[in-house]
Amino acid sequence: MKRIFLSLGFSLAVVLVLLVGCSEPRSKRAVYVLVDTSGTYSQQFEKVQGVMRYMLGTLLPGESLALARIDSESFSEKDIVARMSFDLRPSMANAQKRAFLESVEKFGAGISPSKYTDITGGILQAIEYLNETKANEKYILIFSDLKEDVKQDQVRDFPINFNGIHAVAINVTKLQSDNNDPREYQQRLDAWATRVEQGNGTWKMINDLNRLEVIWD
Amino acid sequence: MTFELWTSLIAGQPALSILVWVSGLIVVMYVARQPVHQIILTLVRSVRNTLRLMAQSVMLAEKQLRNRNREVLLAQGQEHAERSIEREFQRVETLVNRDLSGYPSLQRDLKEQITRIDEDYTQSGEVPPKPPEWLKAIDAVAKIPDNGSSVVGKILSDIHNTLRKSLLKSTQEYRRANRERHVLLKKMMPYWRSLTNSLNSVEKKITGLEQRAAIIDSQMQTYEEIRQQADFSERLLSSSSMTQFFISGLALCLALVGMYVNFQLVALPMEEMVGASSYLGSSSIRASDVAALFIISVEVILGLFLMESVGVTRLFPIINLLDDNKRKAIFWIMLTFLFVFAGIEASLAYMRDMLAADREALSQLLTGADVTEPALRWIPSVGQMVMGFTLPFVLAFVAIPLESFIYSFRTVSGLFAVWLLHMLVVLIRFVGSVIYGIGRTLINAYDLVIFIPLKLENSLKRKPNSVLKESSEEPIEIKNETELSEDNSSYIDELKEK
Repeated sequence: MKRIFLSLGFSLAVVLVLLVGCSEPRSKRAVYVLVDTSGTYSQQFEKVQGVMRYMLGTLLPGESLALARIDSESFSEKDIVARMSFDLRPSMANAQKRAFLESVEKFGAGISPSKYTDITGGILQAIEYLNETKANEKYILIFSDLKEDVKQDQVRDFPINFNGIHAVAINVTKLQSDNNDPREYQQRLDAWATRVEQGNGTWKMINDLNRLEVIWD
Repeated sequence: MTFELWTSLIAGQPALSILVWVSGLIVVMYVARQPVHQIILTLVRSVRNTLRLMAQSVMLAEKQLRNRNREVLLAQGQEHAERSIEREFQRVETLVNRDLSGYPSLQRDLKEQITRIDEDYTQSGEVPPKPPEWLKAIDAVAKIPDNGSSVVGKILSDIHNTLRKSLLKSTQEYRRANRERHVLLKKMMPYWRSLTNSLNSVEKKITGLEQRAAIIDSQMQTYEEIRQQADFSERLLSSSSMTQFFISGLALCLALVGMYVNFQLVALPMEEMVGASSYLGSSSIRASDVAALFIISVEVILGLFLMESVGVTRLFPIINLLDDNKRKAIFWIMLTFLFVFAGIEASLAYMRDMLAADREALSQLLTGADVTEPALRWIPSVGQMVMGFTLPFVLAFVAIPLESFIYSFRTVSGLFAVWLLHMLVVLIRFVGSVIYGIGRTLINAYDLVIFIPLKLENSLKRKPNSVLKESSEEPIEIKNETELSEDNSSYIDELKEK
């Protein structure tokens, strides 16, 4: 019996060592990409495609990704271009990623500029989706100049509960008015940063699209 | 404040005050010299004796452990020798069953061959032809004088002719008989050769048995030495055990590398079955990794039972005690399972290759490059499948070094524990000696402080009829090592008895 226990103990030790050595930290991510389709942004869709390709290459099976447009009324399901929680099986997840990429390309081909820019509505829709995914790490990637322009009857000036979501502004371009008075640009960024952080979220801005890995930092 | 106390004894004379204080202190120290020395010595002696007792206890434990190791080592050696002798006897049994079982038929063949040879030999014996009975009569007739008679001459001539014919016929008959004998002798040759071959075969078999007997003799001698618990046997077994420990350890390390490679082959496709993002409970252990490890562990366990059923290892006495038929059944069951698992691993390895290719294609698609199929892609696929199929069988042999490692580890760990205890004894003794040395140094330092009164005392002692000579002061007696150990001998004896 002693020999059996010795051999089993040895085997168990080997298994434990290997388990500890091979295990990875547990995390599940969900990303919601908001794309501004107003004005000049509608002509920069290849940059969005680049970000989407990076996301599809980085996200793992079991994680979630969604793409939505920011238009005149963004707080709506119809603005979601594609959303997908990838299957736990890698082969299925790869097939889903291919399908997602096709949807993105299809959307890019038929994009039309919107009159207004309802960023807040888009963010509210993103928060709703991300909370449903039950992910540990939630990200909203905002592809916009962050200049909100809503209809007169739309109420968007209120605090938002981000619930720990990381908001990342990507490729925030400068407007003509920003060139006239650069303080406007900074004020706009600061206003969004304050709004996110006051809503229990984190704010980050990335203008260099070659350093997208900074999103996960 | 303290310093002021030292300098303010005589007002305005700090140096004198200090001198007075120091003189007083020296006098007090001189008076208290003997009790202080005794206190210091008693203290260091008691500490040293305690440490010595500790060292004795540890030495006793070391001795017991050494004896225990010796018993274990000899028992293992005895078991090993028994197994070797048993194996040799099995070989002899096989030899006897295989070769000497045909000995009766061989003996019968030999007898038949000898009988035939004997018969042929008897038949080939040369029988000299008897002279015709009428030869004497003819001889008498031939001696009759002819007296010039032509009739007698004709008769004699006829007799001569008849005699020549008879002689010729006898010669021919003799030659024919000789020819037949030669034919018979020629027919004997294959029998002789067959007989020689049979005898050579018997000689070889007997030689093989003799060699086996010599090996058994040698092993029996080793066994006897182990049974007699000879020191030489112990050293031999100890050395062999150390060698086994390192060799089996090395083999196990290599096996672990093999297990890691196997794990890499299986872990990725396992994600397809249990999910890539499934974790074990709330831990960070991936379910696919655990599943892959489970498969590898099962393969190793199957290998253990396989080797056990064949009798290569003896880790599980229950399996060894089973009869041959049951062990054979276990062997075939384990081998079948091992084949099944090898097949599963081969298919998983193929699936891994497919998944890797799919992942690569997706990466190319996402980077915007054209998706191309690499040339000779089938080579790594086949390679991985072959590896996946063969590795379970390779891992099955882990049982052999594992058994050696477990057995030798017991001996090596025992030797290591003995070495540790020995080092502890050395350390305790060293600490005891250091403490005793510190005590002696303290005494000498004490005497150094009061060297002036001591010098005076010595010079007074040298004077004859001095009153001081009758002083009851006696030099401090410091017991030597032997006396100290004698003090505690009774206690040590008690401890040893325990």
